[in-house]
Amino acid sequence: MTLLETIVDAPNRAAEYLRGGRAGDRFARLREDGLAVHAALASLVLLLLFPVLVAIVVSTKESGIVTGLADLVPGGNAYDNYYRALVELEFYRYMLNSLVMASVIVVGKLAVSLLAVLAVVYYRVPYKDFVFLFILFTLLLPVPVRFVPLYRLVTGLGWNNTVFAITVPYLASATTVFVLRQHFLSIPPSLVENAKLDGVGPLEFLWRVLIPMSKGILVGVSVIIFVYAWNQYLWPLVIVGDDLQVAQVGLGRLRGQAQAGEVAWALTMTGSVLTLLPPLVLLVLFRKPLLETFSIQRK
Amino acid sequence: MARITLENVRKEYGDVVAVRGIDLEVPDGSFVVVVGPSGCGKSTTLRLVAGLESVTDGDVRKDGESLVGVEPKDRDVAMVFQNYALYPHMTAERNMTFGAGSATEFDDAEIERRVADAAELLDITDLLDRKPEALSGGERQRVALGRAIIRDPDVFLMDEPLSNLDAKLRIRMRAELAKLHEELRTTTVYVTHDQTEAMTLGDEVVVMNDGRIQQVDSPQRLYDYPANRFVAEFIGDPAMNALEVAVESGADGAGGARAVHPGFRLPLPDGDGLDAAVDSRAVLGVRPEDLSLANADVDADVAIEATVTVTEPLGDSLLLECRVGDDRLKTQASPRSDVRSGDTVALTPDPDRLHLFDTETGTALYHSAEGATAHDGRTTRSPPATSEE
Repeated sequence: MTLLETIVDAPNRAAEYLRGGRAGDRFARLREDGLAVHAALASLVLLLLFPVLVAIVVSTKESGIVTGLADLVPGGNAYDNYYRALVELEFYRYMLNSLVMASVIVVGKLAVSLLAVLAVVYYRVPYKDFVFLFILFTLLLPVPVRFVPLYRLVTGLGWNNTVFAITVPYLASATTVFVLRQHFLSIPPSLVENAKLDGVGPLEFLWRVLIPMSKGILVGVSVIIFVYAWNQYLWPLVIVGDDLQVAQVGLGRLRGQAQAGEVAWALTMTGSVLTLLPPLVLLVLFRKPLLETFSIQRK
Repeated sequence: MARITLENVRKEYGDVVAVRGIDLEVPDGSFVVVVGPSGCGKSTTLRLVAGLESVTDGDVRKDGESLVGVEPKDRDVAMVFQNYALYPHMTAERNMTFGAGSATEFDDAEIERRVADAAELLDITDLLDRKPEALSGGERQRVALGRAIIRDPDVFLMDEPLSNLDAKLRIRMRAELAKLHEELRTTTVYVTHDQTEAMTLGDEVVVMNDGRIQQVDSPQRLYDYPANRFVAEFIGDPAMNALEVAVESGADGAGGARAVHPGFRLPLPDGDGLDAAVDSRAVLGVRPEDLSLANADVDADVAIEATVTVTEPLGDSLLLECRVGDDRLKTQASPRSDVRSGDTVALTPDPDRLHLFDTETGTALYHSAEGATAHDGRTTRSPPATSEE
């Protein structure tokens, strides 16, 4: 196979992977595609990973200045750097705040979106298509565009410097509604009709039928929401103080730690690697439902 | 147990009229099959009874009480769907009990007992712990039937329940459905596009086309005395032959008439409606299985001479497609007949199995069989077929 054929074949490979792959023979693909193709792919992956690898290397050094390849040898300061960042500079606190914020947003967004989709898909709402279009329309107005009115609203409610301020504005999500809607539409209508004939109420149907049937996609969507929430920077910076501040903003404070008159790059990279870890763990753990979530939109 | 009455029921979706005013009576405890081609409005009719669609006009009644505006869950009907509609994440047993708690007033012990009974009746006791993905199509449909049965509804509504099964299994399940109805005697409305299912299962068969009921009758009467050309050609496989003929009075003036076609002159036995048809054009209907290959010495007067164009061996019979004048005609010959395409054959129709239809409306004018007229029968209704034929 050529490189191009291998890439074009990606959806089928993903599907095979989801089915459990070819058990017992890890090198089947390699033999099929040839060494050259896999070497080319590996170097592409390396190219993508290079900045991350540099960050990991720098986080182990004493001084973070990289001027040449010789500076990319791992140093012996890893433990010191991570201990200093996490404990002495209390970076764990920012990460904890981020974790709370991201978790609340995941749960809240799913709850709001599930109810919205239930209405949009299964109820005879007047001008239903228009309502759905209107929900999609909110995609045109990301949070930063709404900063000024949102700031006035949140402070007006007395929510500034509370968890509400960094979570509630994120709860509505057109993307989640869209992805879940596509999935719900793929569930045969006869299931709903049968439930109607049995007198199963809408919330019971949501809880006992729709959600269990959508586990995979809900997990996939949750991971996406989590990573999105975890990466929020500007709005938390504006609306909450140091007590509730999140990891992305906390990174800037690590950078503020001067080190012999220089920016403490090693410490900054330590923080970056730490910040990377939670989303990475989730992506690795839930890679299969995530792939399913993306592939469902191709149907 | 309940009787279902439809009265002048119409259903429109915007500009599209799915059901154009139908009247139907489903007697208590009967098995009524609604059959027709796709898009004829049969499924819509069923969904109107279930309450999944609301009528645009007319009335749906159960035991005389109007169901218009009544929620599906309050109608006490259970539906069986073509795709089984089982919840994939629940076991067979849970699938059966899930709705029963909401739909009935049975307590848990009663539901459990009913599940056990239904499982035994349907022979799925061993499968109760399995999820639908571990069941075959036939087993899934049994679970779906079980789910309907344990609710003990007034009416079963079945929407092409066997259409997703392979041919062999379909025949077996068909027999089991018939047996099941024999035991339960619950009023059943069954929708299908398969005329064999309709004929074998129905106490009464409703033939629908284009949003209208074409005929309601027992299976045999439907086959023997079709009310119009649509029914005649829809019921029976291969379909009834239709040839345009002139009806002329008998040459000797002794009653009777002849169907005159460029290819033949066929005497028609006396019967109701025949006199009225004389001296006009009509469509002669004769089923392929009622035409037989004549011996050489047969009276040329009653035979149809035809040229064989295609032979289709079916194993149990030989299907012949023939040309008569400019028309085509199908007939069945005995399986090992030595007939080849290009041969000329003489066909004699069974004189008791001839039909005449109006050329314009398709309404039956005359059936040669005794004991019937085009418009008799307790439940026969024959609105003119308005479609293209």
